[in-house]
Amino acid sequence: MITIPYLTALSTYISYGLLFAFGQFRDFFRKVIDWWKNSSNLEQGYAPICLGLEDFYVRRLYLRIQDCFGRPIASAPDAWFDVVERYSTDNNKTLKRTTKLSRCLNLGSYNYLGFAAADEYCTPRVIDSLKKFSASTCSARVDGGTTRLHTELEECVANFVGKPAAMVTGMGYVTNSAILPVLMGKGSLIISDSLNHNSIVNGARGSGATIRVFLHNTPSHLEQVLREQIAEGQPRTHRPWKKIMVVVEGIYSMEGELCKLPEIIAVCKKYKAYMYLDEAHSIGAIGKTGRGVCELLGVDPADVDIMMGTFTKSFGSCGGYIAASKELIDYLKYTCPAHLYATSIPPPAAQQIISAIRVILGEDGSSRGAQKLARIRENSNFFRSELQKMGFEVLGDNDSPVMPIMLYNPGKIPAFSRECLKKNVAVVTVAFPATPLLLARARICISASHTREDLIKALEVISEVGDLVGIKYFPAEPKKQQLECRVKLD
Amino acid sequence: MDFGHTCNRDDVNPLNCNQLTRDGESISEIISAGSVPRKANSWITMDFSVMSILSNGLDWFKVEYDPPLARAVVFGVPIGGHLVVEALLVIAILFLLLQKSYKPPKRPLTEKEIDMLCEEWVPESLIPPLTEEMKYESPVLDSAAGPHTVIDGREVVNFASTNYLGLIGNEKLHESCTAAVEKYGVGSCGPRGFYGTIDVHLDCEERIAKFLGTPDSILYSFGISTMFSAIPALCKKGDIIVADEGVHWAIQNGLHLSRSTIVYFKHNDMESLGNTLEKITRENKRVTKVRRYIVVEAIYQNSGQLAPLDVIVKLKEKYRFRVLLDETNSIGVLGDCGRGLSEHYRIPVEKIDVITAAMGSALATDGGFCTGSVKVVDHQRLGSSGYVFSASLPPYLASAAITAFDILEENPHLITKLKRNITLLLEGLSDLPGLSIASNPQSPLVFLKLKRTTGSFQNDLQLLEDIADLMLKEDSVFVVASKRSTLDKCRLPVGIRITINRCRKSMS
Ligand SMILES: Cc1ncc(COP(=O)(O)O)c(C=O)c1O
Repeated sequence: MITIPYLTALSTYISYGLLFAFGQFRDFFRKVIDWWKNSSNLEQGYAPICLGLEDFYVRRLYLRIQDCFGRPIASAPDAWFDVVERYSTDNNKTLKRTTKLSRCLNLGSYNYLGFAAADEYCTPRVIDSLKKFSASTCSARVDGGTTRLHTELEECVANFVGKPAAMVTGMGYVTNSAILPVLMGKGSLIISDSLNHNSIVNGARGSGATIRVFLHNTPSHLEQVLREQIAEGQPRTHRPWKKIMVVVEGIYSMEGELCKLPEIIAVCKKYKAYMYLDEAHSIGAIGKTGRGVCELLGVDPADVDIMMGTFTKSFGSCGGYIAASKELIDYLKYTCPAHLYATSIPPPAAQQIISAIRVILGEDGSSRGAQKLARIRENSNFFRSELQKMGFEVLGDNDSPVMPIMLYNPGKIPAFSRECLKKNVAVVTVAFPATPLLLARARICISASHTREDLIKALEVISEVGDLVGIKYFPAEPKKQQLECRVKLD
Repeated sequence: MDFGHTCNRDDVNPLNCNQLTRDGESISEIISAGSVPRKANSWITMDFSVMSILSNGLDWFKVEYDPPLARAVVFGVPIGGHLVVEALLVIAILFLLLQKSYKPPKRPLTEKEIDMLCEEWVPESLIPPLTEEMKYESPVLDSAAGPHTVIDGREVVNFASTNYLGLIGNEKLHESCTAAVEKYGVGSCGPRGFYGTIDVHLDCEERIAKFLGTPDSILYSFGISTMFSAIPALCKKGDIIVADEGVHWAIQNGLHLSRSTIVYFKHNDMESLGNTLEKITRENKRVTKVRRYIVVEAIYQNSGQLAPLDVIVKLKEKYRFRVLLDETNSIGVLGDCGRGLSEHYRIPVEKIDVITAAMGSALATDGGFCTGSVKVVDHQRLGSSGYVFSASLPPYLASAAITAFDILEENPHLITKLKRNITLLLEGLSDLPGLSIASNPQSPLVFLKLKRTTGSFQNDLQLLEDIADLMLKEDSVFVVASKRSTLDKCRLPVGIRITINRCRKSMS
């Protein structure tokens, strides 16, 4: 739950109102001019690619600040990276790359454990595998896309997350969106956290099951929804549901919050619902040995029916996995489209994951993995507490390496992002539609490869820019009055 | 106020009424103009004019909205419009009152009852019971999936990978990958919007557009995510998509997720496509207002058939549909320079509105791309979920794709060789006992269908799998039966799939 000061809410609404009105105004003139010119319409007889207001947001709001997104880089996304400078000659409508690079501190990539850059253990092995198995397999897993590395990877992952078996696919997004439809279908119910990732939403939609949403990370509301749904049964026919699956994430990437897993599991057990946990951001990043939220919150992986995760974050590779019972994995391998039709995960990527897991578990014969894990935790907690001390409104829980800083006003999004970049700190800003309209934020992802000096520099810059932009919503001693005067928002 | 008089008149017509209104107006004008002393009684004037405007308005309203019944005469009693309305109202009220008394009072379930229901509810198991045939173990390769590969310690000829141009193991490709891994690492650790855009991604997008001659292109991080993200980005609820019934699962999923109206036509049957388009255009009045797409594959993954693009383009122009063409199996294969189906038919590429392709086939890399006009591509950069919400393609694969296009452009003989091999193999396969060729003679994806099916899909598949197993064990030839997911709506017959690549010298 985020509370937002009345004044900020008001000014944010006014800002968006102005942007909207101005955009409409310009659209109106556009129309008049088009009509005037009566332009020789090439597309005559075809409906436009974007109908009506579908691209209004993009044209009139996003394009103005598009230089804050999609900044190209020219190096590995390590603690420091080279951001390619861009310029625009048409008011930000298109951006052109220059050859100029600026070396920036990276607070944006999901490089939690620092495996994105060349690694003394992983990289040589990856290059070996490239030689032996080539860059890609050009085949689906069932027809020639299963190499030794793939079977080894699946064993390795199952072992790492603590499940009997695992299946690996070439993309995290596809893992969610191709597996939910296999397990759930007509007559079953998916209860999904309101802030779940788009891949889960897509998978749930693709499955044809009924979808209900519970309040973000609120076990009591989950229980309420479950009771209601079980009592009511399927819509119209009121037959009992065939099966119910609750889908949650380990760390919510836009909120930095840890899932309240023990409570949610208790509810699921009570109501016999199956449990699907997406650990995209948490696997490898948290827990004493990097095994994710289950380890951090002391949950037995056996209590989670299906554990999903991706390798694009902590492991610095690509792909996703599903870990579950042996039978379930066998069934998925028999019928999951991502296994039957999609190219298998490229062997070098597989090798990268295997090596990264070995490092994390200390099987490489060093203690680098343990150090990385200790470092990311220290870094995260240090950075979070310093930000809070400075008066920023920081979301999320301790130990989580993701920390959003609230910006609210649309004008502050580009201001914050550009000012930070000027001072060589690259941050990510997130706005509508990835967040609710009012709740624009900057998001910081801490990595184990950040040194203390890096973090101190980042804090200095962010504090300076924060003063400039005016986003220290909790000045050193929050006045009582100020706290009371806030609107509640979920 | 006088409701009656207009209703009673037999000659009510709008014209008359207008006359009336005008009269009324003039009266009020006269009044306000001066027949009443202005200074003294200005408030009366005001009142008068307001009244008259009101009554004029009402008159007008009445005439405009009076139902035809308004002039009915029942048993000599003229029924005014208001009477009808009132009667209807009374009936409606009575009806509602009666309704309510029939309805059983709604009593919410008590907590205890809900507890009981929850207690009683037993979920189905998450998966159906596993049968023997579900426990299929795919062969494990000990080496790269090149033309020859090692399975269980034995060298076999690989007819299962879609490595059409034999680029797996290519020296140049390997070098570019190694350099990219050393420079960029393996993963990109972020979606395109958030520092996951590496310069090679942009270079690769430019390279693709240049190779195909399109204005712009967009990279996806995985083959099948290309179609199921691009289609929902371009088509929304209410739009119309006409698709081939044989399209592969990624497209089917995209169609489903788009929530558009989907109409399937018979597999690769242009007559059926024409009829479908004709029917849609004829029956649907709003058809020009919504976006319309034809979705086809260049070479069908499920059958090896080739889409007759010339006919499709003609139909598309006639009925004004856009075409979305999936070129996964034709880029690098069809046409003299490997530019795909449009080059094969010598049709300018601009005629095809959207092209999607997975790069995990002839290009021997991974990921996918979508290409078309600037508008089509730009719209996807914020509107396509698989692009926005997923980490970008590992940079070394983008770099491999660039190199693969370079190789392709420099060595057109790769394609000639591939074509020769296709002819060669098809000759060899032409008189197999029990199996017939179901694919197009130009397709590198050869489908061998059972001449006589056993009648059931499962049994057919089992039989084909046994044949494939036998070939692997006895002849060291690695082929696979085309498997079908339970989610796949495609109903084409299964077959043995043989993929040909350019490196094959001898074929048994
Ligand atoms: C919760 C969650 N699931 C799935 C994904 C998709 O993973 P990938 O980037 O590997 O496609 C993401 C990544 O953004 C995520 O945050």
